[in-house]
Amino acid sequence: MNALEPVKTAIRMEHITKRFGSVVANHDINFVLKKGEILSLLGENGSGKTTLMNMLSGIYYADEGQIYVNDQPVAITSPKDAYDLGIGMIHQHFKLVDVFTAVENIVLGLKDEGRLDLKKARQRIVEICERYGFEIDLDRKIYEMSVSQKQTVEIVKVLYRGAEILILDEPTAVLTPQETDKLFAVMRNMKADGKSLIIITHKLHEVLEVSDRVAVLRKGEYIGDVQTKDASQQSLTDMMVGHAVALNIARPTPVNVAPRLVVEHLTVYDDLGVKRLNDVSFTANAGEILGIAGIAGSGQRELLEAISGLYPISEGSIRFHDPKASENAPPKELVGMDPMAIRKCGVSMAFVPEDRLGMGLVGSMGMTGNMMLRSWRKGKGAFLNRKAPEELANRIWKELDVVTPSTSFPVRRMSGGNVQKVLVGREIAQDPAVLMTAYAVRGLDINTSYTIYNLLTEEKMKGVAVVYVGEDLDVLLELCDRILVLCGGQVSGIVDGRTADKRQVGALMTRVEGDSRHE
Amino acid sequence: MFDLVSFIPRAVMQGIPLLYGSTGEILTEKSGNLNLGIPGVMYVGGICGVIGAFFYEQAVPPESMNAVLAIGIPMLCSLAGSLLMGLLYSVLTITLRANQNVTGLALTTFGVGIGNFFGGSLIKLTGSEVPSIALSATSAYFSKGLPFAADLGWFGQVFLSYGFLAYLAILIAIVSSYVLKRTRVGLHLRAVGESPATADAAGINVTRYKYMATCIGSMVAGLGGLYYVMDYACGVWSNNAFGDRGWLAIALVIFTIWRPNISILASILFGGFYILYLYIPSGLNLSVKELYKMIPYVVTLVVLIIVSMRKKREDQPPANLGLPYFREER
Amino acid sequence: MNNKLKFHISKRAALPWYKAWAIRGAAILAALVVCAVVTTLMTGENPISIYATIFYGAFGTARRSWVTVQELAVLLGISLAVTPAFKMRFWNIGAEGQVLIGGLATTACMICLADTLPNSMVIVCMVIAAILAGAVWGFLPAFFKARWNTNETLFTLMMNYIATQLAAYFIIVWEVPKGAGKIGIINQSTEIGWLPQIGNQYLLSILVVAILTGVMYVYLNNSKHGYEIAVVGESQRTASYAGIKVERVIIRTMVLSGAICGLMGLLLVGGIHHTLTTTVVDGRGFTAVMVSWLAKFNPIAMIFTSLLLVVLSRGAGEISSAFGLNHSFADILTGIILFFIIGSEFFITYQISVRKSAGKEA
Repeated sequence: MNALEPVKTAIRMEHITKRFGSVVANHDINFVLKKGEILSLLGENGSGKTTLMNMLSGIYYADEGQIYVNDQPVAITSPKDAYDLGIGMIHQHFKLVDVFTAVENIVLGLKDEGRLDLKKARQRIVEICERYGFEIDLDRKIYEMSVSQKQTVEIVKVLYRGAEILILDEPTAVLTPQETDKLFAVMRNMKADGKSLIIITHKLHEVLEVSDRVAVLRKGEYIGDVQTKDASQQSLTDMMVGHAVALNIARPTPVNVAPRLVVEHLTVYDDLGVKRLNDVSFTANAGEILGIAGIAGSGQRELLEAISGLYPISEGSIRFHDPKASENAPPKELVGMDPMAIRKCGVSMAFVPEDRLGMGLVGSMGMTGNMMLRSWRKGKGAFLNRKAPEELANRIWKELDVVTPSTSFPVRRMSGGNVQKVLVGREIAQDPAVLMTAYAVRGLDINTSYTIYNLLTEEKMKGVAVVYVGEDLDVLLELCDRILVLCGGQVSGIVDGRTADKRQVGALMTRVEGDSRHE
Repeated sequence: MFDLVSFIPRAVMQGIPLLYGSTGEILTEKSGNLNLGIPGVMYVGGICGVIGAFFYEQAVPPESMNAVLAIGIPMLCSLAGSLLMGLLYSVLTITLRANQNVTGLALTTFGVGIGNFFGGSLIKLTGSEVPSIALSATSAYFSKGLPFAADLGWFGQVFLSYGFLAYLAILIAIVSSYVLKRTRVGLHLRAVGESPATADAAGINVTRYKYMATCIGSMVAGLGGLYYVMDYACGVWSNNAFGDRGWLAIALVIFTIWRPNISILASILFGGFYILYLYIPSGLNLSVKELYKMIPYVVTLVVLIIVSMRKKREDQPPANLGLPYFREER
Repeated sequence: MNNKLKFHISKRAALPWYKAWAIRGAAILAALVVCAVVTTLMTGENPISIYATIFYGAFGTARRSWVTVQELAVLLGISLAVTPAFKMRFWNIGAEGQVLIGGLATTACMICLADTLPNSMVIVCMVIAAILAGAVWGFLPAFFKARWNTNETLFTLMMNYIATQLAAYFIIVWEVPKGAGKIGIINQSTEIGWLPQIGNQYLLSILVVAILTGVMYVYLNNSKHGYEIAVVGESQRTASYAGIKVERVIIRTMVLSGAICGLMGLLLVGGIHHTLTTTVVDGRGFTAVMVSWLAKFNPIAMIFTSLLLVVLSRGAGEISSAFGLNHSFADILTGIILFFIIGSEFFITYQISVRKSAGKEA
């Protein structure tokens, strides 16, 4: 390249391939970030966006291929290399030290020798904050901060060390719309200041709102890029999923609807004393799918765990109407019981938690061992019954097409979709009266997602009360009969899935009434 | 009332090896490495000093011994020995990501074995009647107090009567405390122990920090072994005499909730506990002294429990203590 | 910098079990070679005769073989005791104290009840007391771990020394003769409280541990408790999700661990030594941690890991006396072997690939 020619590309990645064991996360990717642009890197969960970016930030090292920064070939073998090249990445899981203050975190890792001159550092940080419009309390410890404050610290940290290229990994997933707007404003300020930005996301409206150009990954491959002004939600979806999808999830009309689970005035606090659910009341009906929508962290996890007996409840009641009990029998009160007690008193509830390997499954065990998670107590005496779980494992293996060499192969080593099939399969096999799922299709490919939707709908038609916590509004609106919207731990509305539109639900998700948690 | 003026110096002398050990272990633990091999390291630090001093004493007649060499050779030997132990632990746990508990325990077995083996061999080499080896000439250099200590009455006895290694221990503890709290290196080290992934992402060389902290920590702890033989025991090495002081040093780390400056006073307190039985009238009942020796462990346990009950974030062990770090962990 | 060779470390997808054991075997072999070299340097003997000496030290005579197997039984027993806790990821390094306190309880019964109860009753009391004492020593750290998440490694470590000092205290209280600072053989003339001999003086403890090995294997692999332990060890959140009461499992498992340790203390004092010293456990509480971990918490594999360490230690003892070396030589050899095996785990979990760095200096 001619040295006199002005530098045009901030980053160029050529023929990048990265494998994890036998899984190819990125395959032969060619990617360009131009100077001074905001580029959206779009793709479904698991399409390899984060992996690709982690090779720029020095977390991973490519198996094949070459990276150029400012048109110079480079080898980024550590995060330090990345910083030296002016690349800063804001990870989805913040890389902050909890017991340090904001200032300490921001100056962390910088070279200046000797004594720590926090005063001087603070001056520069304040300058940066004023320049781009950040608001943070510099002396606060990270563990006392809200998610959006932590994110601000992350961004300031990257700017403080002079990053010219910023990579933001799904920055809006944890933010309220107001916070998102603020973030986008800051991003535009940075662009105006000559910085180049990559935003990883799978939210189309954000892509269209903030970026100049969109690059799309699908299943680890680079599909292509378009100027944002030439793109529409539809064209981007086509690129992302490969073919145009109207979701077309079958939604049969519910029959024999009857209250199954009645929640009233439920209030819970976490171990730090923060109110996580505030006076939540709703009814989950048998024969219906009740969707739960909300910004991440609005109390979805706490709600499901509280119903399952896994979260301490400070006020309220959860009543279960047993379909097997006689008509006039009073409903069972579940508050105050642990999961085992709930099970013992005959309440059949299934729960597909968000954290599959950390909560729903035992990663080091095979399918059989994981089937036992629900049945280990069965049978008399001190010994385990392996036969029934083994049979169940074989059944799920066949019926749901789980890809695994054997029923004793550790589930941790399976792919995300197969892990989820094992989990959902097991929960459905319990023949539950209530089935609760949290982000059941997160990280799954389209086909598996549809398998899951169908399974849930089948359960609904069997007369199960299905609770579906989701993040994709399109899916919620096509799958669920009713949608409950959570906002800041409160119910901001319950709408009919057939008549509600996206805008209405979106508005409910962001309506904050007298709640100051999301400043 | 018992005799404080004679009690304090003895408590201090008991405390100094613990102070070295705990300062070394705090530095190590701040990097996220729980080195249970510290007792072994302290043995090695002691025996290497003994070996160095032994050969120097053999080579040079007492009257022509040079003070610098008499102190320098054992110290260098001691530092080198404990450095090697620290390196061994580091290679296994940091580079090879071995289980820290198992590695540490193996290191203690190994280190105590080395100490007793070479100690025993040296004893045999001297053909001594008693099962110990005395290096009184070298020890004289190590245990020399400040020159005017004797003239200042109780003040001299309490504050000035110790060998230079005692002051060095306090100095190292103060410096460590300062470095950990106030410097960039300290900030980085703490970050490595709290969250290596964060430190790594911030461009800190996690491996290097872990190696440095563990090796320097080992060397500091090794000096505790050296102080014990050369000063406290007046240059007499006998096998197993060092006892369980290494474990007591680890207890001290918890007791001081990972703060070397608190450790200065706490180590003297522990040293005091260790010899308290001598000062409390228990009649002829020797058995009670064994119960007094239990006090340091009991109070440590109480501190451990209270700290875990209070759940104050700043008082907890480094968040990643005991866990290996692998950048590409998925 | 150009074309610099880079070592790249990544996690292995999977390694067949026989390859994993081949790597461990190779590590042991390498360790034995290093041990031989070290020994040769110390003694000037050729390595073959050194290993012959080791073998002779461990199995040279019938008596030696019996003692070796008995030592194996003791180490294996303690290792079995700590294993359920480890499988639960509860780092119990307090076996030393739990065994000792069991031994102390045994001693107390032997000394205090000898004149008041018939022999059989004394033995019953000993068994109960030893198991109870060990269980209490296991219960305390587990209770605080379950309630306040108190660090169990440090807790159990402290408990060791509390047990040691308690034992030291009672040894002086019961010392015979006065001023000796030790107890001596308890009830030497009456043999009250001596555990009955089966066949010969070694077989009882060997049998007990053999049964224990089988029971522990079944307990860990086929019982509901074993399943609970495995789930809790993997993830406490998964465990509570499955309706397992985590606190209860932690406490129950540690009580079991402690109780088995107490039982080993009973065997040591009542069946083998018939006396109590503060060093009766002799570091085996710590060695057990390594035995259990090296065997990947598999009771059957633990037979071999403990055999390796016991033979080595007894053999090195023989080398020491044959070549006039200090007995601590055994610890050094043990250390070397352990380091090799510990290090070899890396090559089982990770793979190293060498690649050329194509890029220029960053």
